[in-house]
Amino acid sequence: MIEVDSVTKRFGDKVALQDLTFTVRPGIVTGFLGPNGAGKSTTMRVILGLDRPNEGRATINGRSYRDLPAPLTEVGALLEARAIHTGRSAYNHLLSMAQTHGIGRERVREVIELVGLSEVARKRAGGFSLGMGQRLGVAAALLGDPSTVILDEPANGLDPEGILWIRTMLRGLAAEGRTVFLSSHLMAEMAQTADHLVIIGRGRLIADTTVADLVTQASHDAAVIVRSPQADELRDALAADGVAIASPERGVLEVQGMTSAQVGEAAARHGIVLHELIAGQASLEQAFMRLTGGDVEFHASIFGGPEPGREPAA
Amino acid sequence: MSVTPPTAERAPVSRLRSARVTLPHVVRSEWTKLRTLRSTRWTLLISVIAMAGLGPLVAAVQMSRWNQLRPHERLTYDSVTTAVGGWHLAQLAIGVLGVLVITGEYSTGMIRSSLMAVPRRLPVLWAKLIVFAAVTFALMLASSLIAFFAVQAIVAQHHVQHGLGDPGALRTVVGAALYQTVLGLMCIGLGGILRNTAGGIAAFVALLFVLPGISAILPSSVNDSISPYLPLNAGTTVATHSFGGSNHLATWTGFALFCGYAAVAITLAAVTIMRRDA
Repeated sequence: MIEVDSVTKRFGDKVALQDLTFTVRPGIVTGFLGPNGAGKSTTMRVILGLDRPNEGRATINGRSYRDLPAPLTEVGALLEARAIHTGRSAYNHLLSMAQTHGIGRERVREVIELVGLSEVARKRAGGFSLGMGQRLGVAAALLGDPSTVILDEPANGLDPEGILWIRTMLRGLAAEGRTVFLSSHLMAEMAQTADHLVIIGRGRLIADTTVADLVTQASHDAAVIVRSPQADELRDALAADGVAIASPERGVLEVQGMTSAQVGEAAARHGIVLHELIAGQASLEQAFMRLTGGDVEFHASIFGGPEPGREPAA
Repeated sequence: MSVTPPTAERAPVSRLRSARVTLPHVVRSEWTKLRTLRSTRWTLLISVIAMAGLGPLVAAVQMSRWNQLRPHERLTYDSVTTAVGGWHLAQLAIGVLGVLVITGEYSTGMIRSSLMAVPRRLPVLWAKLIVFAAVTFALMLASSLIAFFAVQAIVAQHHVQHGLGDPGALRTVVGAALYQTVLGLMCIGLGGILRNTAGGIAAFVALLFVLPGISAILPSSVNDSISPYLPLNAGTTVATHSFGGSNHLATWTGFALFCGYAAVAITLAAVTIMRRDA
């Protein structure tokens, strides 16, 4: 179990994490979502004792990472930033990490086999492709056979084969009953793997929910689109507390806060003709963007119009 | 009546239950890190060649030109000083390697792996110091002894050789290794403070070789009073057999001061490593 308790982290004047609190429960895959720059990596670095929070604390099974007598056997981590000396071979990198815990060469060979790097294990890690680098990172994370695995954007930049490999590996870890804490800025990727979701934006907690609840909520909030020759009358008929109505074009209304059934019944009561009535549907991606839309650090406004949830192209 | 909970619900516990982070374990890890980098092996090889080879080379040249030397030079010729003279060159390789032992981890990101494995952090620094000190001292002592015996064999033709038992000879030979070992440790400290290769090497060169130059352009009374306390001058007292002048600290006093400088650098590095985010 990972507990993040009221963590605030500042880098100079910039607040990276603001009073962040959530729990990663054991034995399930928890997705950690947020747009780029939301503070996902910083949160993971705080959990792993690499960054020191200004306030609050993070614990693993009740203890600070720093106080774990054999951290690699409790938590394995794959960071987004590279964490390997480019001049050392994969085997020697893993061996040097294993030796800090008194873990033997047998286990080093085992994890190399597990991630399929046996053929290149003696080659310098500096020459590895992104996919091979990720495999080496996963091998390092599994070195201590930990009950908890933390992975920061493990699929980022990988080719389809690499992404498939990561997904299969994640499912395998979860099936073994391990706690998996996985970050991503892509909702679609999460929906396939995660049971629980922790969503942050600008260093603040936005949602701590399940995938199913998020879909329900998103669909409920999605707009009903209605086309009518009596749009103005319909607008008056629908006006109520908690209902937002917009008119993107003449004769068309977007109604938020009502179901399509409620809109249809209201129209019938007032004898208003409807030409079209479309029920609200929202994908997870839309739900995520709507949740984080106001919390994105960089809007793509310079490229014409805000595009929530995206960073401008670098 | 108790019911056994289904096993799938239970989070697995690592099968590697005997694993523990201990200082001896971290020392082994640092030894692996040191020996598995090509750059380290090359730098150490260069330092060994410099330390073992420079003295004999200079001695051979001097012996071949023996008759051209002034009588005063022949009379004061010190084959022990010539023998250990390789430190002038070897120290550069040792210092650079000391800096790289730490900054190489920061520049590549390896430090994150190191600190995730050893989150208490300081054992990583202590282990680096222990391994680097052991390797440097062993290699430099061996090289220094090789240089000593080679030079004595070369200079025997003009009967100016010394034995290891002669006053100060053994101390000088061991001292050359001691000086460079502590120099390397100081450079690990500088690397830990600055966490940047270029900065660390610049600091090492500035402290050791630029300070004496600046001191030399100050009024001579000022220079005379501070010069013996500069790191290079204080540290090399232990590797000097016969001094050129009288303005220097006593052999072990100077070396103790140099160790003090190294201790300051290492302490600051320890504080930095503990405080900063990795």
